[in-house]
Amino acid sequence: MAKRIGIFVCHCGINIAGVVDVERVAKEMASYPGVAFSTTYQYMCSEPGQNLIRQKIEEENLDAVVIAACSPSMHEETFRNVCGEYFNPHMCEMANIREQCSWVHDSEEATEKAFKVLKATVEKLRGNEDLEPIFVPVEKRCLVIGGGIAGIQAALDIADAGHEVILVEKEPSIGGRMAQLSETFPTLDCSQCILTPKMVAVARHPNIKLMAYSEVIDISGYVGNFNVKILKKPRYVDEDKCTVCGDCEDVCPAIVPNEFDMSKKARKAIYIPFPQAVPSTYTIDREACLGLAPLACAQCKEACEADAINYDMQPEIVEEKVGAIIVATGYDLYDKERLVEYGYGEDDDIITSLEFERMLSASGPTGGKIIKPSTGEEPKKVVFIQCAGSRDRKHMPYCSSICCMYTAKHAMLYKHAVHDGEAYIFYIDIRATGKDYEEFIARVMEEERINYIRGKVAKIYREGDKIVVWGVDTLTGKKVEIKADMVVLAMAVIGREETRDIAKLLKVAVGEGNFLKESHPKLKPVEALSRGIYFAGCAQGPKDIPATVAQASAAASKVLAMFSRDKLEKDPMVAVVDEEHCSGCGICISVCPYGAMQRQPNGKAKCIEALCEGCGTCAAACPSNNIEMKNYSDSQIKRMVEVVI
Amino acid sequence: MKKKIAMYWGAGCGGCDVSLLGIHEKLLDVLEKADIVFWPCATDFKYEDLEKMEDGEIDIAFYNGAIRTEENEKIAKLLRKKSKILVAYGSCATEGCVIGLANLYDRDEIFNAVYLDNETTPNEKKIIPQGMEKEGIELPEFLPSLKTLEQVVKVDAAIPGCPPPSPVLEEALNALLEGRTEFGKEVALCDECPRKDTKPDKIEIERFYRWHEKEDDGSCFLAQGMICMGPATRAGCGGECTSAGIPCTGCMGPVPKVENQGIAMLSAIASIIEDMDEEKERAVMESIKDMVGTFYKFSTAKLLPYGRFKDES
Repeated sequence: MAKRIGIFVCHCGINIAGVVDVERVAKEMASYPGVAFSTTYQYMCSEPGQNLIRQKIEEENLDAVVIAACSPSMHEETFRNVCGEYFNPHMCEMANIREQCSWVHDSEEATEKAFKVLKATVEKLRGNEDLEPIFVPVEKRCLVIGGGIAGIQAALDIADAGHEVILVEKEPSIGGRMAQLSETFPTLDCSQCILTPKMVAVARHPNIKLMAYSEVIDISGYVGNFNVKILKKPRYVDEDKCTVCGDCEDVCPAIVPNEFDMSKKARKAIYIPFPQAVPSTYTIDREACLGLAPLACAQCKEACEADAINYDMQPEIVEEKVGAIIVATGYDLYDKERLVEYGYGEDDDIITSLEFERMLSASGPTGGKIIKPSTGEEPKKVVFIQCAGSRDRKHMPYCSSICCMYTAKHAMLYKHAVHDGEAYIFYIDIRATGKDYEEFIARVMEEERINYIRGKVAKIYREGDKIVVWGVDTLTGKKVEIKADMVVLAMAVIGREETRDIAKLLKVAVGEGNFLKESHPKLKPVEALSRGIYFAGCAQGPKDIPATVAQASAAASKVLAMFSRDKLEKDPMVAVVDEEHCSGCGICISVCPYGAMQRQPNGKAKCIEALCEGCGTCAAACPSNNIEMKNYSDSQIKRMVEVVI
Repeated sequence: MKKKIAMYWGAGCGGCDVSLLGIHEKLLDVLEKADIVFWPCATDFKYEDLEKMEDGEIDIAFYNGAIRTEENEKIAKLLRKKSKILVAYGSCATEGCVIGLANLYDRDEIFNAVYLDNETTPNEKKIIPQGMEKEGIELPEFLPSLKTLEQVVKVDAAIPGCPPPSPVLEEALNALLEGRTEFGKEVALCDECPRKDTKPDKIEIERFYRWHEKEDDGSCFLAQGMICMGPATRAGCGGECTSAGIPCTGCMGPVPKVENQGIAMLSAIASIIEDMDEEKERAVMESIKDMVGTFYKFSTAKLLPYGRFKDES
């Protein structure tokens, strides 16, 4: 227990001393119970200021120190390091007399409050105990959930640095949305051409364990020490034996729509989603297959010369231990059936941006030819509608970020394919904030003769073989009516529904649009609130490919920084559960934003110290008053309140 | 030597007296160790008998019911004087219980509601039975507010519950007969609730349901969105209500470490409301009908001994 407390009051230039009577504060506090010494200094955080603390600790034989200065979030570390040279750093506390006093009150009020804050801090300090840092071992392997460009990039970065990565993808192939795109803005690179080398690199990388057609079903543990259960769904085709000759596909009698082509093209029950798929293997779609049994139909098995087909394949649960997890579960488009004003998406000629993207792709359902879906003819008039479901209070309030750019690209590619065609784009604003983006938009507007109409579309309906689009041009204030052959909706980007399931397993928060909530929107954009969990790509929010790749690399670098040490050190300011008196009601487990409170086999709660950030939510919520924060015990808080009021 | 015990019925429903009989043959074990010297409900003793006793003659006196009238108060003080150990028996004596909710109203409001404005009570002469005397019998005065036993006299031990459940009572009687005044469980009800294993990892509440608004699926009531006071209520009953399909309303009072059961539960409830905006959050909290009756059903009088605070200005 602190017996000889030293108080150091900082002027902070005139920041504090200009308002608070620091000399009086220091003088009067010198006689407060438990205080052995008190002084002031111009800038406590400066090197001479720190030396003054050192000198006085030695001269006055101090065993605890209060620095009355700015917020502990600024300099607590600085001063605790200084004090740590002499005694336990937790015997150093900061009293915030700047943000809480001098910056917000008049001189007299500020000085009075400074006394109160200081007295409360001294009382707290008198109840403080020496605390030792908590060390947590690190399993230097990373789980990456989602095999789109975000997951691929993160996995490659970590694997290249020499650490093992388990990359889990629920679809038969990695590649994600980027594999579906035709060309990418603003450079018009072929999307697959720039993606597939990375996919191949993943397949070949000795440090990457690729688990496609698999799903994460359980996650337990904490930073540095997660236990993950992954369900490997049966492909009924041996990945290693399959030569992708296609004989099976030729004979398969079951035909269903191919999801990869936004269901605009057919595939067989035994299929490979696209030719460059990784892993390069066929998969039997159990739902579509006639029976998975020789009696029902075994044509594929008979046709397969490599003997790769095995109808008896069973789901398999693989357990892995990892130290960090990157969530890169990607995005989906908002359901067009929810857009009442655009005809619920019932009309064949009203398609989504991703459907148009597949149509533009050389490997897509039309081989790159732009057709009017209902007739197969070339559409001569196409209306593109931006913000379909985005920036709309009735649907998604946020901006989907990528639609302005890809719609411009769509219109441009359409004009390149249909020279005499007319393209109209309805937009609210053009948001082209990336590098070279504005130039791209300008080029499309000027060179391609696209009709940009600023305004929202009010109604779309069919009239004969045309689709009539009603809108208002808000720049001229005139009503616009276009009889189009085809309408392309730039649908809102939303996080995948599965992201919610994964978030539940990880106990991380999900916000509007199924997007993962980062720890801090500016300073911690790739971190989850719970340590050891990172986000990459559209799972965190709508973003384009460059931003996704940058975020993936950022997440990877966070993981690598963690893996660069053998043990993690963490602040010992954690919650302590009185287990004897815990009823196991589970309130603390429910409220802990870090997943640090966990249920033990006996039903009682336990704080996983490695995960606890010391926020105290559990202590406040516990209806049995059974949780205390280290160095913030009830008796300490009670004393603090007593001296303040 | 046999101990001398007494039981008195203050302002209460009588359930406490019945609960003492509810321990069945175990009562015979008690009677082997103790003689009943005063129990107006079951035996023919008068107040004069009590007054004649020596101070401290009774070893253990159980007082059930709250202090609502002058008579209650007088006997509480008398029993205190005549007893070595005075025990608050049941929720009324300990915390004020359901009748303690009367402290939300003043005396006139209560009389108006009971005797004057009550359609089912014809009272043409507008009689309020106060300050009446007939043939030497006086009706006791109704006090301005309801008090718990401890608010009137020093109390040595308390047996919680409305009424005290048999297992709680048995343990308490055994302890008291052995001279111990500390007994009972120190954990909350969830510890012994038969629904304990159905608790999900994360309890998230989108809206609250009143008990009749939702079909009970047999799992943790709180997880189902029904307010169950179990997490903030002292264990001991074995989950009598929750096993019978009814959420705990908190009659056992808070666990020893907690002073204010209602606030403990409210802060827990407020913490588990699913992440939502302020407006929705308010709507969810407003979906709890009767805040006081829900969270302070048993402890209003304990926390409001002088009745509701009235802003004189």
